[in-house]
Amino acid sequence: MQAPESQSLPHRDWIVSVSPHVKSNETVAKIMWTVVACLMPPLFLSVFIFGVQTLIITAVSVISCVAVEYVSQKALKRPVSIMDGSAVLTGVLMAFVIPPGVSIFLPVLGAVMAIYIAKHLFGGLGFNIFNPALMGRAFLLATFPVAMTSAWLAPVDGFAIFSYFASGVDAVSTATPLAVMKEQGMAKFVEMFGSGTSLYTSFFLGWRPGCIGETSGLLLVLGGAFLIYKKYITYHIPVSVLGSIAVFTWIFGGEGWFGGDPILAVVTGGAILGAFFMATDYVTGPSTKTGQVVYGIGIGALTVIIRLKGGYPEGICYAILLMNPLSSVIDGFFKPKRFAGPVGGAK
Amino acid sequence: MKSLLTFLKGGVHPPEAKGQTASLPIERMPVPKELEIILGQHIGAPCTPTVNKRDEVVEGAMIGEVKKGLGVPLHAPVSGKIKDIGTSAHPMRVSAPSITITVDHEAAPVQYDKTDWTTMSAQELLAKVQEGGIVGIGGAGFPTHVKLSPPKDAKIDQLLLNGAECEPYITADHRQMLEHADEVVEGARIIMKILGVSECKIGIESNKPDAIDVMGKAAAAVSGAGCNIVVQPLEVKYPQGSEKQLIQAITGRKVPAMALPSAVGVVVQNVATASAIYDAVVYGKPLYEKVVTISGKGINKPANLLVKVGTKVSDIVDYLGGVKPELAKIIMGGPMMGFAVSSLDIPITKTTSSILFLTEDEIDATPHSDCIRCGWCLDACPMGLEPKEIAIHVEANKAEDTAQFGVFDCFECGSCAYICPAKRPLVQFVRLAKMKAKR
Repeated sequence: MQAPESQSLPHRDWIVSVSPHVKSNETVAKIMWTVVACLMPPLFLSVFIFGVQTLIITAVSVISCVAVEYVSQKALKRPVSIMDGSAVLTGVLMAFVIPPGVSIFLPVLGAVMAIYIAKHLFGGLGFNIFNPALMGRAFLLATFPVAMTSAWLAPVDGFAIFSYFASGVDAVSTATPLAVMKEQGMAKFVEMFGSGTSLYTSFFLGWRPGCIGETSGLLLVLGGAFLIYKKYITYHIPVSVLGSIAVFTWIFGGEGWFGGDPILAVVTGGAILGAFFMATDYVTGPSTKTGQVVYGIGIGALTVIIRLKGGYPEGICYAILLMNPLSSVIDGFFKPKRFAGPVGGAK
Repeated sequence: MKSLLTFLKGGVHPPEAKGQTASLPIERMPVPKELEIILGQHIGAPCTPTVNKRDEVVEGAMIGEVKKGLGVPLHAPVSGKIKDIGTSAHPMRVSAPSITITVDHEAAPVQYDKTDWTTMSAQELLAKVQEGGIVGIGGAGFPTHVKLSPPKDAKIDQLLLNGAECEPYITADHRQMLEHADEVVEGARIIMKILGVSECKIGIESNKPDAIDVMGKAAAAVSGAGCNIVVQPLEVKYPQGSEKQLIQAITGRKVPAMALPSAVGVVVQNVATASAIYDAVVYGKPLYEKVVTISGKGINKPANLLVKVGTKVSDIVDYLGGVKPELAKIIMGGPMMGFAVSSLDIPITKTTSSILFLTEDEIDATPHSDCIRCGWCLDACPMGLEPKEIAIHVEANKAEDTAQFGVFDCFECGSCAYICPAKRPLVQFVRLAKMKAKR
């Protein structure tokens, strides 16, 4: 005989699922939006340095990425996930690695490449092999090589608050420091940008021509430090990328051996942006800590090779894209250490 | 206080949520009208009934035994009449064979007399443990006398008592340590005599400072020549109470994969099991009562209840004033490793440590999304496995290839699924993988 249902219970269906029944309050969306928030200070500084054009480019990039994500997911009959912030993040990151003076149609085209081809045709978030934002940039660099390598804006000189920091930069330039260094040599570079500590300082603070988001190393490091504090990323990738760029540049970047300028190598170009915000992308990077260090060193080495020997002044974008497909291979080599092996120590 | 020890790799910090019941003394629940005693209470062979329908039984009488294989006898938790030998609802097996007893509320209470165990031999003590139907109360339900008979070639040098109680919400062990410290310590001494060891360490997480204090005093009172019992405070970290993790935390020894603790010279027993051994040996009282934590925001009156084995969840709910309308999920066991149930007709067993009545805001019912390869599960896994790879392979219909990621070393603690930002049901994927993977 069936026992009568308890009197004190309202009849309803309770949730039944596999343990654990409690979960941490971290979500993919929370991580993505936090990273986006960490990129806002460099964006605002960029508006101060280059003008409102940077904000327009970034806005167009973000809106295009979200729109392409929506259309792609509808077309591929997948659940729409534009609120998880990952398309927004791709939009911001892609804007950050294109010059501030380009036409606003470029980020629209870049968004199609980044979101539709590099992300959703590979299977969507989690399945993409290449970093979508960097794929967008690489596509634009291949299709609009002139605009992508010449549409630089000189830093706006006139905000009193910045003139102190900008003391080393009075020459108005329309070429990036790395391009000047590569094409016109170190002498011209020193002539244009100065040298010594004031040069490092002004570059680190952001007062130089460059892509929208790669200007202020200081704000990028602060944003990255916040992500490390939140445990969303660890120091392994940023430190190994920047460390190896510095070391390899120091060894190979000068006239003879050990004559390069490691500090300049780190504060110029997109090194800091790439190290903290691009190479640390979960999906396209290794998961194990040892793997991450190897991956970071690989990115650093490739960056220096491209900068010194390649056809482009900046190399970190291609360095990361070249290392992306090796992530799973690296993870296969550096597996987590088991608690204990079987008896006898086999395996 | 001594420095806090813990295991080396992985682990998570879920909200402890023990405040609802930590300060509530153990309360004896009145015996309901009838009990359903499941025949398979432990790992190993289920018991065969030794009684027939309509038989009269007295409290403590044997009603089931294991004739062949691994097992311990089953005892009547109450005096009464065998109403039926049929099946009951079961949290894991849907339904299981059981004996239903109609309780005789008029029967005189059974008296157990105290005996002096110190004159008994190790063999006699071990027999008492088996006759008492003692199984590992901590959760797995392994027959205790088997655990206390390690292989001849294993050199056991210490006993560890597990008072970590690392699962959120549960306070049953905590209360037993506070209220029955002497019995737990005496139980430890009995186990030490059975094993022939002179060292015992009692691991308790530092979120139970009162238990560390009380147990420390009880241990110091009996420690002397040839018997050294000490309390070892542990860091609060889940899954500290897992056997291999506890052994590493306290002794620094690593139990090899697929091996038992005896391989590194230790035996682990739960504090509540030690208390049950005390009852079985000193009073000859078999294991048929259980302290169960009833907690969660969905129950009107949370409690630490001493209940008879076979008491149904519905009887407990009635006794505690019913559930709240916001109740969303009922769990037998802890929130990290327990089983969600859809019925209240389930009887509790010797291994039920808690029943949780959780509301929407206490649980997580977010749909899961694809793996973003953040690797947090690799950092959280205390065994150094690769939960993300196991899950991805199961999703890709390659579950048979998952042994390389350590699926058979997984004890399903749920740390990976707890930490996963994509809310992936990693334990579910592991269970699927275990069914199909080739060793």
